[in-house]
Amino acid sequence: MTNTAWNGFTQGEWQTCIDVNNFIITNRSPFYGNETFLEPPTQRTTDLLNHFNTLKNEELQRGGVLDIDTEQVSSLLSYEKGLIKGHRELIYGLQTDAPLKRGVNPFGGIRMARQACEAYGHQLSDSIEDHFKYKTTHNEGVFRIYSEDIRKLRKSGVITGLPDAYGRGRVIGDYRRIALYGVDHLIAEKELDKKNLSKDTMLEQTIQLSEELYRQIDFLRKLKEMALAYGHDISVPAKNSLEAVQWTYYGYLGAIKEQNGAAMSLGRVSTFFDIYAERDLAQGVFLEIDIQEIFDDFIIKLRMARQLRTPDYNELFAGDPLWITEAIGGMSEDGKTLVTKSSFRFLHSLTNLGAAPEPNMTVLWSEDLPVAFKKYCAKQSIATDAIQYENDDLMRPIYGNDYGIACCVSAMRIGKEMQFFGARSNLPKALLLALNGGYDTMTGMAIGPQLPVMADGILDYEDVRARLDIYLEWLCEQYVQAMNIIHYMHDKYAYEKLQMALHDTEVHRYMAFGIAGLSVLVDSLSAIKYATVRPVIDDQGYISDFNVVGDYPMYGNDLDVADDIAVDITTAFIEKLKHYPTYRNAEHTLSILTITSNVVYGKKTGATPDGRKAETPFAPGANPMHGRDSNGALASLNSVAKIPYDACRDGVSCTFSVTPATLGNNEIMQTDNLVTILDGYFGQQAHHVNVNVLNRDMLIDAMNHPEKYPTLTIRVSGYAVNFNRLNRAQQEEVLSRTYHQAL
Amino acid sequence: MTKHINIHSVESLGALDGPGLRTVVFLTGCPLRCQYCHNPDTWMLGSGIDYSYEELISQVLKMKPYFKNGGGVTFSGGEPLMQSDVLIPIAKRLKSEGIHIALDTAGVLWNDSIKALLQLVDLVLLDVKHTDHTTFTELTKGTLDDTLFFLEQLKKYQKPYWIRQVIVPTINNVQQQVLTLEKMTRSPLREKIELLPFHKTGLYKWHALGLACPLEKIPEPTTSEMYLLSALISDTDHRGRMSS
Repeated sequence: MTNTAWNGFTQGEWQTCIDVNNFIITNRSPFYGNETFLEPPTQRTTDLLNHFNTLKNEELQRGGVLDIDTEQVSSLLSYEKGLIKGHRELIYGLQTDAPLKRGVNPFGGIRMARQACEAYGHQLSDSIEDHFKYKTTHNEGVFRIYSEDIRKLRKSGVITGLPDAYGRGRVIGDYRRIALYGVDHLIAEKELDKKNLSKDTMLEQTIQLSEELYRQIDFLRKLKEMALAYGHDISVPAKNSLEAVQWTYYGYLGAIKEQNGAAMSLGRVSTFFDIYAERDLAQGVFLEIDIQEIFDDFIIKLRMARQLRTPDYNELFAGDPLWITEAIGGMSEDGKTLVTKSSFRFLHSLTNLGAAPEPNMTVLWSEDLPVAFKKYCAKQSIATDAIQYENDDLMRPIYGNDYGIACCVSAMRIGKEMQFFGARSNLPKALLLALNGGYDTMTGMAIGPQLPVMADGILDYEDVRARLDIYLEWLCEQYVQAMNIIHYMHDKYAYEKLQMALHDTEVHRYMAFGIAGLSVLVDSLSAIKYATVRPVIDDQGYISDFNVVGDYPMYGNDLDVADDIAVDITTAFIEKLKHYPTYRNAEHTLSILTITSNVVYGKKTGATPDGRKAETPFAPGANPMHGRDSNGALASLNSVAKIPYDACRDGVSCTFSVTPATLGNNEIMQTDNLVTILDGYFGQQAHHVNVNVLNRDMLIDAMNHPEKYPTLTIRVSGYAVNFNRLNRAQQEEVLSRTYHQAL
Repeated sequence: MTKHINIHSVESLGALDGPGLRTVVFLTGCPLRCQYCHNPDTWMLGSGIDYSYEELISQVLKMKPYFKNGGGVTFSGGEPLMQSDVLIPIAKRLKSEGIHIALDTAGVLWNDSIKALLQLVDLVLLDVKHTDHTTFTELTKGTLDDTLFFLEQLKKYQKPYWIRQVIVPTINNVQQQVLTLEKMTRSPLREKIELLPFHKTGLYKWHALGLACPLEKIPEPTTSEMYLLSALISDTDHRGRMSS
């Protein structure tokens, strides 16, 4: 197969079958230089950015939502083409007919859509209400099946945030395929797959996949039509950088029109685009300033992406995030780097356009990355706090060259693997449930196996650990059951047809479970093991609090006796999950990630044996509990690094906040030292870290004077947020985290 | 019998006391009583926690992944030379693990074990409190001659060193004093002169110990003041030769 759009590219396997990875490996230009080649924003970019910022302010003034189209159900062809009036755009395409206007997508659940409209002063139109009277949503499907036990687990908050009333997300379409091959070729391949499949015995699996292929093809056609409205024929491959970015963006735009998924990652596009940029620069089609302008425009478009969600949902996932995660850098298996000039250009948008949470810039860190790139990343981190880092040396051997990150920390091969997202279980609450023999004091519900309350004096570690095991086993069984129901129904009623059309027909599936409150559980068990913990019994005979006498080793101080408990718990949990079979034979994985839900989880949890008071927030992700990591910043990182990625293949999230002065007294030192910290941390098989370099005083000032810090961006737990978009409780929780200082 | 070293605290991420990232071990015990001391809680030898050699060594070794880029361990205090005898076996062991060792000292002590310790150290951060003999004594209750003798030993044993001085308004924030410091400590072994601003973040420790800090009323130096003083010596290259 050949095409004139490919002239000048190095030939390879990618021409005979759909293989973007092979295209990148055969054509990328590794870049070892520094950032001096980068160009500032053009006047046009700045004008567009200013306009966007004005709209954003207006959005904030209207309570967080600028406008909602309550008449149409969001999909690829629901709206007239959207343009930004009065501005020349380079990259076209809006989700609705106007910038920041949100569409309604009720396929996850009509109730959520209705509530979201009402929360922002709108009313869902009668026509949509009527339409969905005769339609089953994913949410309805799930609740037809949920057992009594699952409902209780949900209601009590032992499991929270399950994607049973909203889109599951965590699926990354390989949007690059559109640019490289054109949609017609993708359709032809899918039609061939469908034809081949029709020869199989028509049983459930084959029928399901065949119907999915039908829907995939249908939506690829719709995507062409969507692009055509803007005057672009994406049935054929992109011919230059501008088209490559535009074609890819259409794929992403189609996906976010069609799906209101929790996390809608972009994938790994920068080095792919770089191949087009290098060709255009060599042929004189574009200059550096043009390439940067195209990227900047694309990133403004990504920053304009919005979904309509309820205020409740925002409490779990604060700051209105979409997790447009872009994986940048990394190495390839042949030992060469995947860092290109475009890796720099993407990060440079943080300078040209100012710091912002989206897209979620994720640097795939390897010890072998070019030094100049490492330093540039560190510099941008110190300046913007908008970057997260993940260990490429840890993931590459598992996922190969061409993986992306869904949401915050979930690695998957792009276009070849997808994930069934599963939120997380509150393990400190599970511990309390175990100690109280299956009674939840917060809700007064009997949940799970009914056993005697462990009320007889000082808690014994072995007894407690054995009791916890019983409840974890039961919890894991229920958790897998719930997930199977959810994802069966999501596939049935809210299938991601466009995103899956941009995958191979046969995909590998992960089923991602999660743990919240790991550090609270570990410290609680450590307290029981090494200090004296006596339960306080209320008048009904249940444990309502704990008396802790003596010190105990706390997680986060690089003390093996405490950290080993974290290893034990994570390993035990994934093993138990694997006892129960999954829908579509998905592979069980586990994450230690809380987003910002650590606040809500804490609120739903009584006092714990580590001395934590009832209703106080947990630490985020795999972080040590606030203020307990007293052996210094690196000791804290070392503890997190011990959590085995083998047990937690869906990611181990850590948020690291340090003051600039701690890193050194000038910019060069700060940059070098941050690079050294990242090398040292990841060298110990750690998986992820968010880096914030900021002063606590600045955050306090920002809390009181938000107007002074309109773009203050901080990393929270696998993603970044605009600080002003957090509510007061969330802001206070961020402030209570440990800010490491050298003193 | 397990040997012990008495330690006030260990900081795992030190970027300010020597090159690269360093584990900074603050030892207890100090013969000086500097009026601006920000760690008065380290003065009394034995007032901290007893670490066995192995405990301390293993804690430092855990940080080895972060010691690329010139980092290592810095022994500070207090005055680490007060416990030079117990530092020797620890330094030997760390040396054998390839760890870079810096000693943050005022250099007012000298004896055979200090001499032996010095052989194991890669870099000395020598804190010269003041260049005037009388003021030095008033400020620290020690003598400048001791520090100068120590400096001579560094030269004799060919030890690379950094010169450091805390700049305290009304006491040593004078251009002439800084120029004298530069001249007084000049040698090919000197790699750097660092002027550090006096800060009052340690004041609460004086209060906690029931002590009155004599410099309580003195303001911290301004950024511009520090900049100007540093500029005086910044065109001196690090070996002490004036550039043209």
